[in-house]
Amino acid sequence: MSSSTPFQTNSKVIKWIEARLPIISTIDGALVSYPAPRNLNYWWNFGSLAGFMLVAQIVTGIILVMHYTPHVTMAFASVEHIMRDVNYGWLMRYAHANGASMFFVVVYIHILRGLYYGSYKAPRELLWWLGIVIFLLMMATGFMGYVLPWGQMSFWGATVITNLFGALPLVGGDIVTWLWGGFSVDNATLNRFFSLHYLLPFVICAVVFLHLWALHTTKSSNPLGIEIKGDQDTVPFHPYYTAKDAFGLSVFLMFFAYWVFFNPNALGHPDNYIEANPMVTPAHIVPEWYFLPFYAILRAVPDKLGGVLAMGGAIVILFFMPYLDFSKVRSAKFRPIYKQAFWLFVLDGILLGYVGAMPAEGIWILVGRIASVYYFAHFLVIVPLISWFEKPLPVPESIAKAVLGDAAKA
Amino acid sequence: MATSSSAGHDAHGSGQATRRDFLYVATVGLGAVAVGATVWPLIDQMNPAADVLALSSTEVDLSKIAEGQGITVQWRGKPVFVRHRTEKEIKEAEEVPLAELRDPETDDARVKAGKKQWLVMVGVCTHLGCIPLGQQGDYDGWFCPCHGSHYDSSGRIRRGPAPLNLPIPEYQFLSDTKIKIG
Repeated sequence: MSSSTPFQTNSKVIKWIEARLPIISTIDGALVSYPAPRNLNYWWNFGSLAGFMLVAQIVTGIILVMHYTPHVTMAFASVEHIMRDVNYGWLMRYAHANGASMFFVVVYIHILRGLYYGSYKAPRELLWWLGIVIFLLMMATGFMGYVLPWGQMSFWGATVITNLFGALPLVGGDIVTWLWGGFSVDNATLNRFFSLHYLLPFVICAVVFLHLWALHTTKSSNPLGIEIKGDQDTVPFHPYYTAKDAFGLSVFLMFFAYWVFFNPNALGHPDNYIEANPMVTPAHIVPEWYFLPFYAILRAVPDKLGGVLAMGGAIVILFFMPYLDFSKVRSAKFRPIYKQAFWLFVLDGILLGYVGAMPAEGIWILVGRIASVYYFAHFLVIVPLISWFEKPLPVPESIAKAVLGDAAKA
Repeated sequence: MATSSSAGHDAHGSGQATRRDFLYVATVGLGAVAVGATVWPLIDQMNPAADVLALSSTEVDLSKIAEGQGITVQWRGKPVFVRHRTEKEIKEAEEVPLAELRDPETDDARVKAGKKQWLVMVGVCTHLGCIPLGQQGDYDGWFCPCHGSHYDSSGRIRRGPAPLNLPIPEYQFLSDTKIKIG
């Protein structure tokens, strides 16, 4: 099975285009003949699923904008207009609102897959960093999108998050006023968030393009964490992974459809069906579930600037993963201790998410602090120590040998 | 010809500025100023617009607020708490030793002389901007439900993540029963 052949054609039209703009061979190289490791498991489906969700969000988002009014007096009502009057408006909005959650589910799994299989290690550092940039852009986009319906959670979420910048010394207050365009979250804030919420997905598209460019330069990592050594280690992306990705997408769409059609408000907050009121703070403000672990870290520090720095640091620390983990072996499959630390880290993240949803009082303050310290200890102490002391299991010689055994061609 | 070109090299080598160096620096410098002048409007447009800045001051009639009551008025889109404090609340606020405070400020400094019963402050938590709830918390003052900051009966931060006391807006007594905020 020869894995991939360079792009060839007999079509005169395609040859004419190719001589002027080699777009068809580029697409072929990325999606058809791209030599992918033959041993990718289902955890490798989540990159293409994230790409699908980006497109789905842009399509539903553009449609919602056709019916939405970005003004403090009309935004809330226009969302209800979408829900009740616009043909299939309910479907577009539920798909978009739940789509944001689906996008984060997929991206969190994609990031955790990278952490488990050491996908951030040389030569894929830039690929990893671009991914974190996408994650940050997604957080900004998701946050600003949540403000647009102008419900109570929209308003107070916007107030709390923009006030984070007020923690900066000296310039904090001026920056917050600048972000708001006033002395509180108001119409100017809503309008700029709408503008940026529309813009950022296209910036994400551009960074995704760079992410894929880096991916196709270094080639995909794989569950064994060893590099491709030759054609025998790969299969062409099409039809092998187009088919596998399509199957994964079908399963994922069932999951997505469950939320949209059977439980569309479960991931939202009932308070956001109350119109924004600058005079009344809801008794218990919580962000969307995908921000909860970071929110818990923010609240764990009993100091405003410290809390903000810890929350930012929780993401920034991911950038340093290629250096904090200096083990020569990539995949946790061959790293018995790192594997356990990884799962403890996942549990810690889930615990932080749970704490983030609880009121900041009593036992939750203590649990939140311990879980936050553990989060940072994982990156700053546990991972480097494991890289130092752990004795990895023997790594197979090649992908083909590991997958096919003796049947592998030399 | 040869002499002049070698002279030019010498000037560069010895670190003396030439006419060309001057032109480079002047061009780049002027270009930087032009870029800055062009970018500034793009940034400053996000600052409060004239109509937002023009938000007028607010007058509050105090005669209808009985002792132990408080009202919330809106000023610049923010809530302002106006509270008619009880003797007990004033006494509690005055008796707190300054050393115990995170943002040390005497109660006297937070009210107008001779009008101790009137506490006027911006009702925005100095942590992340939520509105604290009145007559709650452990210090007979305000409690912020978002992240658990407790303020005392003078609006000073006592416990929780907020760094500062609730701010006192600029206001004046127009008469014994009327104030103007802003």
